[in-house]
Amino acid sequence: MYKYDGYDATMVQERVSQFRDQTGRYIEGKLSDAEFLPLRLQNGLYVQRLAPMLRIAIPYGMLSSQQLRKLAFISSHFDKGYGHFTTRQNIQFNWPALEDVPDLLAHLAEVEMHAIQTSGNCIRNTTTDQFAGVAIDEIEDSRPYCEIIRQWSTFHPEFAYLPRKFKIAVCGTKEDHAATQVHDIGLYLRKNDKGEIGFQVLAGGGLGRTPVIGQVVFDFVHQHDLLTALEAILRVYNREGRRDNKYKARIKILVRETGLDAFCEKVLAEWEQLRGGSLTLTDAEIERCKSYFQAPPYKLLDASPESLRTALAQDVLFASWYSNNVTPHKRSGYAAVAISFKKTGYAPGDVTEDQLNALADLADRFSFGEVRVTHAQNVILADVEESELYNLYQQLAADSLETANLNKLNDIICCPGGDFCALANAKSIPIAEAIQRQFDDRELLADIGEVSLNISGCMNACGHHHVGNIGVLGVDKKGEEFYQVSIGGSSKREAKLGRILGPSFAQSEIPFVVADLVSVYREHRLDHEKFIDTVDRIGVDPFKKRVYEKVQ
Amino acid sequence: MAILINNKERIPDHWTLIQSASGPDVFSPLKGRNALLPLGLFLSDEEEAASQFSAIGVWLDSHQNLDKLEDRLSSLPIIALNFPVFNDGRPYSLARRLRRDLGYIGEIRAIGDVLRDQLCFLERCGFDSFALRSDQDPDACLKAFSDFSTSYTATAVNEMPLFRRRG
Repeated sequence: MYKYDGYDATMVQERVSQFRDQTGRYIEGKLSDAEFLPLRLQNGLYVQRLAPMLRIAIPYGMLSSQQLRKLAFISSHFDKGYGHFTTRQNIQFNWPALEDVPDLLAHLAEVEMHAIQTSGNCIRNTTTDQFAGVAIDEIEDSRPYCEIIRQWSTFHPEFAYLPRKFKIAVCGTKEDHAATQVHDIGLYLRKNDKGEIGFQVLAGGGLGRTPVIGQVVFDFVHQHDLLTALEAILRVYNREGRRDNKYKARIKILVRETGLDAFCEKVLAEWEQLRGGSLTLTDAEIERCKSYFQAPPYKLLDASPESLRTALAQDVLFASWYSNNVTPHKRSGYAAVAISFKKTGYAPGDVTEDQLNALADLADRFSFGEVRVTHAQNVILADVEESELYNLYQQLAADSLETANLNKLNDIICCPGGDFCALANAKSIPIAEAIQRQFDDRELLADIGEVSLNISGCMNACGHHHVGNIGVLGVDKKGEEFYQVSIGGSSKREAKLGRILGPSFAQSEIPFVVADLVSVYREHRLDHEKFIDTVDRIGVDPFKKRVYEKVQ
Repeated sequence: MAILINNKERIPDHWTLIQSASGPDVFSPLKGRNALLPLGLFLSDEEEAASQFSAIGVWLDSHQNLDKLEDRLSSLPIIALNFPVFNDGRPYSLARRLRRDLGYIGEIRAIGDVLRDQLCFLERCGFDSFALRSDQDPDACLKAFSDFSTSYTATAVNEMPLFRRRG
């Protein structure tokens, strides 16, 4: 993974000093709340329902075992012994004291981590596919480009006070695991007919109050022109994005109000000023960044070793875990393993101090000392020898981390909701738990197959409910918490927004609504048809009819 | 009068700011001074202003653009960009466009809600003078320019991004 040099280390340390000074001036009353607000947000610090919340960047999802151990220390030293993996490859702590945050950031800097631009109206942490570098359908490893974008966007002086937040995702594989099309800018790595690497550039995607799928601004931008193209889009947005209404300030509204063609013309006009200039990437810089993401020292191994086949035949729980949580790897004899943080009874994405330490040990023992966190709030060991999978499984079981439910109905993406978040209209964690309790039968879940179920506690949509195959949105109705349900959403290559079924439901009804949706699917599906494909084929009406017939 | 920092030094301000709602009737009482005219007044009454003032500059509000000034930049010793509120990001892009794309070499001044914690990035976008909000501590503000010793991306301070400078 990327390693800081003197420049990187110095800038992160300078940021800690700057924020220490700013926090001190705020506590002394020399900075007003309004003046301190963007400064603390651009260091990841929110003032929340119960205490400040600090969001720490995990650039494109990669963590070393050393960093995991530091996060474990932070969870016990500054927090109540746990953190929360978010839907944007960040980790949040919910209980640090304001005056401790500069010290906390200094600890992070020791392990090349920070909370820079994890909030605020600036360019946020760049996200990508958790299988980058190991996916069998990879066009090009996205991580070197994510690091290039991270450096360009970090402390970018022109774009620190954008109209609103700005999120970039990069996808280097055929299947999209990064929800690329619902980002302010989505980048798909591709090769042109000369074999040159570049990007299809989408802009104007996003969730929140007005969900939109991004539209193509450039069909192919050569990799050398990546930063100048990004800068051109950001410049147009910074100048022309709406600042009169917070809910109309995202780039998706600018693209819609300007019209795609006119927006593209403005971007092209800016790009002409920038293209070929000093921000043009060099082969040397691309190679330098790629050098940090070289394949680890893999062994020459045969695929599907005998020991694995024997264990799979003898241990049905291991076999279930294997079929759910293990993904093929481009290297023979290796596999990518997902560790689920969606165990029933635990808030989705929550991770304890002990689990952070356990992940560090697992990474060191099984996967070259690294893990990746996913936008679905799970953790990946990307490079596990297949012959070690059974040992890994047994260690996971000993650590109570063997939940076998990846991409199943109970692998729920869920924001912290009304239990923690000051923005939420409704709780989300108890809804997730009620659904998980309703569906706790391994065979039933296997029969239902792949379904994404996403829950947000408000229309800011941190739980990505619009792009869940099943989406649940908490709404406030005269002071009471209700839940709107949609189906048919997807964050994959064929990204789609879910369609709302109808009137919202009480909290207690939601597990039964989900059960009805599953029943309709099982009745109508064709052979091996996934939930989303059945919804696409038969439409929303049969689902709607079933869900509401009891009400009438 | 606002405290002025120019090229990292505290200096007296030689420019008189004409408010945006003003007409040419305000010129004669200020005769002989250096006047910073709002864009609209500059475009409508430049000749009259030139006859009254010893020097003329222009100031733009954050929502205005440079289209009508582009071919007159060389005659302007100063362009000021107003921050109605400190977190309005538009003047950052205006300054960048002036300095890099249009090659403007005169003074670019930040006026309005100009605070210590914005100065470092303002300088990197091409501002070289800063009319601080009256409650700002000028000594603390002078330190703000060294909050960061370098930058990843290309800036007005150094157009070579870090990736072209790394050893």
